[in-house]
This record gives sequence, structure tokens and C-alpha cells, in this order.
Amino acid sequence: MLEVTPGWYMTLAAVLFVLGMTGVLIRRNALVMFMCVELMLNAVNLTFVAAGRAAGVLDGQVAVFFVLVVAAAEVVVGLAIIVAIFRRRETASVDELAALRG
Amino acid sequence: MVELVVFVLMGLGTLAGGVTVVVAANPVRCAMGMLASLVSLAVIYVVNLAHLVAAVQVVVYAGAVLTLFLFVIMFIGVDRAEDTSETIPMQRKLVAGLALVVAIGAAVLVWRGRFSWTPAAPESAPVPNGTVQALGGELFTTWVLGVEVTALLLTIAAVGAIALAFHRRSGKAAAEK
Repeated sequence: MLEVTPGWYMTLAAVLFVLGMTGVLIRRNALVMFMCVELMLNAVNLTFVAAGRAAGVLDGQVAVFFVLVVAAAEVVVGLAIIVAIFRRRETASVDELAALRG
Repeated sequence: MVELVVFVLMGLGTLAGGVTVVVAANPVRCAMGMLASLVSLAVIYVVNLAHLVAAVQVVVYAGAVLTLFLFVIMFIGVDRAEDTSETIPMQRKLVAGLALVVAIGAAVLVWRGRFSWTPAAPESAPVPNGTVQALGGELFTTWVLGVEVTALLLTIAAVGAIALAFHRRSGKAAAEK
């Protein structure tokens, strides 16, 4: 019988992380880029849970909690910034937000 | 056996959702892909006996965060098509190459790296059961300082979001309008 070892979960998390990274690098819509960052955070959460289980401690799940809280705070502020930019510039595309370009 | 089936099904669900987020042109579809990904991950957490984490994942992520995303998508407008032409030369190819390098590196680390959890993970180690009681006890004794700091962080984030929302253009910018 095939057993699911922590390595499998780590592999799944790695693939999910790479997906998120790809999305951040190729998408233009700031909102979609934000979602891809959330995917990367979720991949890391999965590694925390899997590693905590393999080590036989609860600390991994505690770490997931803190990541969740920071992610929630980040989403609140980030979306507020996106909305503020949209109200001023009428766009959410990062290509058109080049005001700081030298 | 149950774990294998759940891992395969929910792993595929997670990845399908992730691919949808990356490739879908419509932001609403991206949000739905993220929902699939988050819920599948929650099921995987349950199999790993992280019950409270799974519940919080569904309530906070799939509930609050995704609703906020959908709200902003609707606010900004769903009908705007994203420009998919490449403005940076070779961008897609470079990104694909980088993704491949990171994936191979991670695979080597996971399957060839000598971590304590790969070969020598204690077979008899009890799987920690992430019930509300166990996790709450841990959070409010060992990690109570972290809990306080994250509470402060959340307060700051909420105040900051409100400040951004009520920000008025001051002085010149307002006069020009």
C-alpha cells in the first residue's frame, strides 16, 4: 500500500508555490497578482502543517495561524491601496502604474 | 489508503485551482480558482489532523479574504480585459525557466535533502491532534506574546485601511478637480 509521506506534501506545496510565483511574474492585473501571492502563502502553510505532523509537534499549526493573521492584514491594506490607486488613476494594471519610473 | 485518495483528489483540486488563478483572463474566474484551491487545502489539513486550521482556513480565507477580493473585483470592474501581450521581451520564457529552476531545486531538497522528516521520521511519533483545545492552549501559553503582537498588527491594518478609504485629495489635487 502506498503511503503518503511528508515529502509528497512538500512536493505539492512546492508546485503550488511555483504556480503562484509564475502568476506574480506574468500577470498584469494587481488583483490577480495579489491572489497569486496568497497562493504562495498557502503553499508555505501546507509545508508548516506537513512538517509539524512529521515532527509530532503542534508548532507547525501555530505558525500557520500567525501566517494567516499576517495574510489577512496584508490583504486588508493591499486591497485598500489598490482601490485608492484605482480611484485616482482608473486602472489596476501594473503596467500603467509607472509613475516612479526614472 | 484514505489519505492517499484524499491527497490525490485534493492535490489535483489545489493545483487545478492554482492553474486557474494564473491563466484565467477574467478576475472572477481567478477568484473561483483560488476558492477551489483553498477549500482543497482545507481538506488536506483535516487529513493531517489540523482541524482548527482547516476550519479557520475556510472561515477566514475562503470566507472573509475571498469575499473581500470579489468585492474589490466588482468595484474595479470585471469587464476590463487584461492586456496579454508581452511588453518585456522574453518575459514568458524567462519566467518559465525560473519556475523550472525553482521547482527542480525544491524537488532536490525534498527528495535528496537529509531532513529529519524524510528518512528517519519517528514511525511511532504521535500525530499531533490540532483540536481547538490543544491549539488554544499552545497559543495562549507559549505563544501569547505573538498573539498580542498579531492583535496589534490587525488593529493597525484595520485603522490603516480605514485611513486609506477616507483619504481625501488635499490642496492642489482637490482644487484642480
